[in-house]
Amino acid sequence: MLDWLEKRVRRIGEPVVNTMEKLGFGFRFMMAVLWHSGTSFRRPGLVIREVFFTGVLSLVIILVSGLFVGMVLGLQGYDTLVRFGASEALGVLVSLSLLRELGPVVAGLLFASRAGSAITAEIGMMKATEQLAAMEMMAVNPVARVVAPRFWAGVLSMPILAALFSAMGILGGYVVGVVLIGVDAGTFWSQMQAQVDLFNDVGNGLVKSVVFGVAVSIIAVFEGFDAPPTAEGVSGATTRTVVTSSLVILGLDFILTAFMFRGI
Amino acid sequence: MPLSSPDVPADSLVDIDNVTFSYDRRTILKGISLKIPKGKVVAIMGGSGCGKTTLLRLIGGQIKPSKGEVRVAGRVVHELDSDGLYHLRRKMGMLFQFGALFTDMSVFDNVAFQMREHTELPESMIRDLVLMKLNAVGLRGAAKLMPSELSGGMARRVALARAIALDPVLMLYDEPFAGLDPISLGVIGKLIRDLNDALGATSIMVTHSVQESLRIVDYVYFVSEGKIVAEGTPAEITASAEPYVHQFVDGLPDGPVPFQYPAKPYTDELMGVRRA
Repeated sequence: MLDWLEKRVRRIGEPVVNTMEKLGFGFRFMMAVLWHSGTSFRRPGLVIREVFFTGVLSLVIILVSGLFVGMVLGLQGYDTLVRFGASEALGVLVSLSLLRELGPVVAGLLFASRAGSAITAEIGMMKATEQLAAMEMMAVNPVARVVAPRFWAGVLSMPILAALFSAMGILGGYVVGVVLIGVDAGTFWSQMQAQVDLFNDVGNGLVKSVVFGVAVSIIAVFEGFDAPPTAEGVSGATTRTVVTSSLVILGLDFILTAFMFRGI
Repeated sequence: MPLSSPDVPADSLVDIDNVTFSYDRRTILKGISLKIPKGKVVAIMGGSGCGKTTLLRLIGGQIKPSKGEVRVAGRVVHELDSDGLYHLRRKMGMLFQFGALFTDMSVFDNVAFQMREHTELPESMIRDLVLMKLNAVGLRGAAKLMPSELSGGMARRVALARAIALDPVLMLYDEPFAGLDPISLGVIGKLIRDLNDALGATSIMVTHSVQESLRIVDYVYFVSEGKIVAEGTPAEITASAEPYVHQFVDGLPDGPVPFQYPAKPYTDELMGVRRA
């Protein structure tokens, strides 16, 4: 009886203790990344190199996805607006949807799967092949030399990618709404100009993309650093990066939107 | 931190004093003591999983002993703070089992890594130094290659050039012969000996390759089940009647290290009722 009870308690206790340990390690790791960020700022070349890998190489997927999302918004938005005789508001609808919501969120999800997974896999493999241990033995701190530059590159790239995503989306909405369907170009742009607020719409979107950038980057570098040094361990860590980042992005998005909500 | 402080015993650079190390609940090293004399190449031999690599990691300060202490140049490694430890590591070079080259950098950049990180040398001087190091391992011509373009033996030599980049006082080798063809094996063995003598360094080599090691080392320690079971010069080891050394040197399948992993009696296991 006692044995049975002990087994049950153990079954609940173990995952709880493990999760708490991982969270604690994650927090200490984040502090260590911030603490050792000096190298990244003293040697911007390290960060710029990573911006190329995480940011520039993500451009194609971000721009193409942005264009298509914008085109779909143009079609769906027109379809709905025309029922209320408000098709001239198409530009506002497309731009607000993108700037406030879809830009940061979809770009964040794409960034997590394109760049986040790559960062995790790279750091995980460096650990598995003892490159990080070799660096330690050469008296070079891997958190300062490998982890922090990748973290800051992600933090820098993400808002720019989200902005480009939104810009391409608006272009897509324009192509569908104005060029293909025939909404008046002047109304499309002037309504957008009048209705989109720099602080409340563009600014809030920017805040979201920065927050998502920090979240995805820290998850990606942490999972890589924490990965068991085996092929299976690295593949598991890569999956966890994408899954955790996606959930965190969507969760944080709700919280941030709730804070930014300005009454009824 | 000078490596010739007054409290350093004149004859030994590394002093392992009654060290016990446990991982999880498993005790890997059980009160092990050994001395590595200055200027010598010393091999630590033993079967896989006997705690050899753990010893290297203790010397490099990557892990801390549960009991006892490891002194390098008179300093207790696990008592150093991270600055002190990094300072000490600048005087060490380590060759990892599979080289552990940085796969995103060329051979040249791998060897230049420590010079760029730790010194303010101008790039022209770094270039000359890197080419000298690569020349020492016979791979000056491979400077522009990426690690993925190297064979196993070449990668090990590049890793060796990288390990000696800052002229270390202490060289640590983790299984330097593992997985090499006979020619590369001879080359690495010769390099280990020659570089040690040319740099005036001290080398510790963890290995289970008996013949290659006995050819180049000055002294051998045998580790089994976390303890030193035998030691001596290569000549003494070859002539040793100690059963473990005999089994190890001659590669016998059974002996003090049994062929069978501990299990229930064979017949009991075969005849016994299978548990539900």
